[in-house]
Amino acid sequence: MEGSKAVAEAVRLCRPHVVCAYPITPQTHIVEELSRMVADGRLDAGFVLAESEFGAASIVLGGSAVGGRAYTATSSQGLLLMVEVIFNIAGLRLPVVMTCANRAVSAPINIWNDQQDAVSIRDSGWIQLYVEDNQEAVDTHIQAFRIAEELMIPVMVCMDGYVLTHTMEPVDIPEQEEVDRFLPPYEPAYRLDFDDPFTMGAMVGPEAYMETRFHVHMDMMEARGVIRRVADEYAEAFGRHRGGLIETYDIEGADVVLVSMGSLLGTMRDAVDELREEGLKVGLLKVRCFRPFPKEAINDALKGVGVVGVIEKDVSLGLEGTLCSEMRAAFCGEESPEISSFIMGLGGRDVTVEEIKRVARELVADPACRVEFRGLKEELMRGDER
Amino acid sequence: MAREGARVINLMEPGHTGCAGCGQAIAARLVLKATGPRVIVANATGCLEVYTTTYPRSSWEVPWIHSLFENAAAVAAGMEVTLKAMGRYEGVKIIAQAGDGGTADIGIGCISGMFERGHDILYICYDNEGYMNTGYQRSGLTPPGARTTTSPPGRLSYGNRTRKKNMPMIAVAHGVPYVATATVSEPRDLMRKVQRALEIEGPKYLHILVPCVPGWGYESELTLEVARLAVETMLFPLIEIENGVITKVRKPKEIRPVEDYLRPQRRFAHLFRPGGEEVLEELRRIAAENSRLATGPAMLGGPPGEGG
Repeated sequence: MEGSKAVAEAVRLCRPHVVCAYPITPQTHIVEELSRMVADGRLDAGFVLAESEFGAASIVLGGSAVGGRAYTATSSQGLLLMVEVIFNIAGLRLPVVMTCANRAVSAPINIWNDQQDAVSIRDSGWIQLYVEDNQEAVDTHIQAFRIAEELMIPVMVCMDGYVLTHTMEPVDIPEQEEVDRFLPPYEPAYRLDFDDPFTMGAMVGPEAYMETRFHVHMDMMEARGVIRRVADEYAEAFGRHRGGLIETYDIEGADVVLVSMGSLLGTMRDAVDELREEGLKVGLLKVRCFRPFPKEAINDALKGVGVVGVIEKDVSLGLEGTLCSEMRAAFCGEESPEISSFIMGLGGRDVTVEEIKRVARELVADPACRVEFRGLKEELMRGDER
Repeated sequence: MAREGARVINLMEPGHTGCAGCGQAIAARLVLKATGPRVIVANATGCLEVYTTTYPRSSWEVPWIHSLFENAAAVAAGMEVTLKAMGRYEGVKIIAQAGDGGTADIGIGCISGMFERGHDILYICYDNEGYMNTGYQRSGLTPPGARTTTSPPGRLSYGNRTRKKNMPMIAVAHGVPYVATATVSEPRDLMRKVQRALEIEGPKYLHILVPCVPGWGYESELTLEVARLAVETMLFPLIEIENGVITKVRKPKEIRPVEDYLRPQRRFAHLFRPGGEEVLEELRRIAAENSRLATGPAMLGGPPGEGG
């Protein structure tokens, strides 16, 4: 089943009251599939085709404020157009769930996959979960509503555009009764209604603003435990453990550990298998939950590891890859490995098993921490960079 | 927020921090007096939001939400669609409200979407003809000649150069079934229009002129008088449009010269100095165009509103 269709099925099973989106590549197939479900009567939700992503985000905000289960999906420019509302949804503590079909950000305009879009709104107050394959996308969406509604914190499920959204994979779609048992009807902690007329979104000055931000921060920190527990409960209910904060692969006794988020992990698993056959002790760490950042889980997983290479499809221009910065920060107060940043696959540039193997071999030979763009084309470099 | 044991007199309670004589505060209170308590309000950023909800106080006795400056119409749309999907819409009315900047400028995209999709929402624009919350800057609804802090008169300027964007006709062009204008000097007319609007299913647009004491520069006891003069000079005609047809135009017994409206307001003082005549003439033209408004099909490109 195509990734987008699988996500639409998962969203349908979660029985949202309001679904609202604006079309943008590569999110379109998700919204088209949801539209078909509405047309066929398979999805009984308020379904709104908004005039912009900004409008779409505002509409799900309103729907969530009156106590409805709310879903939207977007990508790239659409996510950036939503940004003001994204921060607002989080600040109002509304448990909206969104799919971000990860795509590069303009300029230059580019419709292909990288993760610059979602990474750029890291600090918005949304939980961000990155998935590796279409099955994980399905399982994560179902968990996302549970996590969001328990914490009253919005959740963004990030899946690589095209690589997952437009790719066919075998996917197990759970039964409705199973999902209903796992995800009970949403009982909001507060909502706009007449029993207790509620003022939502008041003006808060210097005397209390900082405390509201502190509370959101503390709840985000606590969310790590909830995300873990929900993954365990999901495994119990559906027999599949797809969730949590991080995953590791072949990390036992590894000299070098490569770190990434999203679909790149699939390619990296192949690279590690081949490197292990060559006798190189290389392992993987997959960061599933980017916000809140799983500092302790990462510290524990990488205890005793000397060299880390972070491979990511985004860049904080003027510094390094953003995930790499987060990894460095995770070792504050701990003994830190050498952590290097490898920026790859921007704007849909192919990332090959060979390139990942080269990175790992180079790190084994020289662990010194560095920042590199990999897979650049020599013929497109300026003279002084050749 | 409802308080135990307290008697609710106004659904928008006094005790807020609005200016003395604030036209918007009067209008907003009248609106809720007309709607009754079964209403949910989506409010845009602006004076009204700031002076009624300074944490931890709130003037609102109805469910009320403020999200952002430009999205009240979309938030209201989300509430309407979701309440319907949840089976909780019975007997509920939804209002989206914003100032002139939140309506005609930054919010117009969300409003257009809400109108076009036909949500059952009354949208109210409280028009004080500028960005008063941020210190009296020009908006797309600032009238010609008005001094604002971003359209100051100077050696080369007589204040704002442009006509008001014609919001009522923009609503009519969307096929909005009920469009009306109102002002605070006619409270019964204002409340009747709110009630009429709420009888109609679908999107409704009510444009209320709300004089602003500090922004317009008049004495605070003159708010109702200034509003009345806007109507009597035909610079702000009171009209109703149902299904694209103008059904009512308030014709003053005697149309007064525009100067009667302009003189009490410091924002127009420079027009009475040498060289201001050209702008005065433009304002007279607008009043004359508005005076020709009559019942019948609301033509695109014609008045209503000060815009023309």
